[in-house]
Amino acid sequence: MDWTWFHRFGSPPHLYGLAGKLTPWFAWPAALLILAGLYGGLALAPPDYQQGDGFRIIYVHAPSAWLSLMAYTWMAAAAAIGLVWRMKVAHAVAASCAPIGAWFTVAALCTGMLWGKPMWGTYWVWDPRLTAELVLLFLYLGYIGLRSAIEDPQRADRASAVLAIVGVVNVPIVRYSVEWWNSIHQAPSVMKFGKPSISWPMLTPLLIMFVGFTLLFVALMLVRARGEILRRERQSRWVSEVVAQ
Amino acid sequence: MSDAWQAAKLVIERDLRLAFRNRGQLLHPLLFFAIVTTLFPLALSPEPSRLRDVAPAVLWVGALLSSLLAIEFLFREDAQDGTLEQYALSGRSLTWLLFAKTVSHWLLAGLPLALMSPVAAYGLAVSPDAMPGIIGSVALGTIALSLLGAVSAGLTIGIKRGGALLSLLTLPLAVPLLIFGAQATARAIEGGNMAAPMYFLGAFAVLGITLAPLAAAAAVRISME
Repeated sequence: MDWTWFHRFGSPPHLYGLAGKLTPWFAWPAALLILAGLYGGLALAPPDYQQGDGFRIIYVHAPSAWLSLMAYTWMAAAAAIGLVWRMKVAHAVAASCAPIGAWFTVAALCTGMLWGKPMWGTYWVWDPRLTAELVLLFLYLGYIGLRSAIEDPQRADRASAVLAIVGVVNVPIVRYSVEWWNSIHQAPSVMKFGKPSISWPMLTPLLIMFVGFTLLFVALMLVRARGEILRRERQSRWVSEVVAQ
Repeated sequence: MSDAWQAAKLVIERDLRLAFRNRGQLLHPLLFFAIVTTLFPLALSPEPSRLRDVAPAVLWVGALLSSLLAIEFLFREDAQDGTLEQYALSGRSLTWLLFAKTVSHWLLAGLPLALMSPVAAYGLAVSPDAMPGIIGSVALGTIALSLLGAVSAGLTIGIKRGGALLSLLTLPLAVPLLIFGAQATARAIEGGNMAAPMYFLGAFAVLGITLAPLAAAAAVRISME
């Protein structure tokens, strides 16, 4: 099998150009889908018979929570690729996933707290899923902290890659350990086998938001990865050519 | 006795001998544990029933924090004087040698902590019947903790003021140990059946023994580049 297409990803100028070309293809659909999803969720969907309009925060909360986990998986996958094939740009991608994932985690926590105040009567409870999300935030911060503490960039890449992989083994364990307390969190209403327990007018905008947020994540990651590649390759000639243009 | 066992035995013997020549360092984490557990009755109240309620939490948070102190010293001197580099160049599997090193670390940090926890527990008004269970749960939980610590210690070799970073890396990953460890200790104090949390601690120890030395060896190699 011909692997040149794979090795071309390893070339920083190639990936820089490719990421630049791909960004609008993710960013515009993301913007349109998020706008459509917000309109559908905030205006068209009927209020919940129990929670009233309060439930609408789910349209931001659930996609953020989903992306906080997905960004971590992407980060670990990119880190593993960088570690195994010694691919510098993969480390650049992993490094650019971390802050985005951390902010999605913060967004999921904050929207959850805003929802919790009227529904549970308090901003914070030690509910398993909240706790797992908080631990995930600490994992992101540890990764970012380790990366910034090591001065040599290559060592920082490889050491933080090991940490990301160790974390990926541990995230499910943390998740299931904290499930052992009794949960007062909403039972999952979308990712359920069989029929989802929410009605279609409510569900459709949510699914649109899921797709929109995922595309937004990819677009943000591409932009950040471009910046990261430029910063790392600032000594090389192709960067000065790109910047001169 | 095969070569690999011989090498592991030598590593463990060396670590134990060095540790006993420098006993002060060995005692610091234990003293820290003793002091932290003493602070709780002073801050909370000397009433036995309240102390007994918080005893598992106090014991496990104290154990986690004091083993962080011990983990900081796990690789520090060996990295400074070049021993770790010799291990890496010795032609033996670095994974295996680091596993041996983690075993000696558990013997020097985890086991003493487990043996000391009944004293702290007694101070927290726990009845003597619960002591075997407490020793068992702390001993089992610190196995996985030592292995986890070996990975983060390997990652932070050579970082100046790495102590705070070490806690940031280790503590979130240690959450499952804290949950099941404290649960096992709580069951021991109530006199309940502690099989389920102990099985979990055992499973974490096995998982740690399987994977953590590999990750620690990778981390040490990267840190020495």
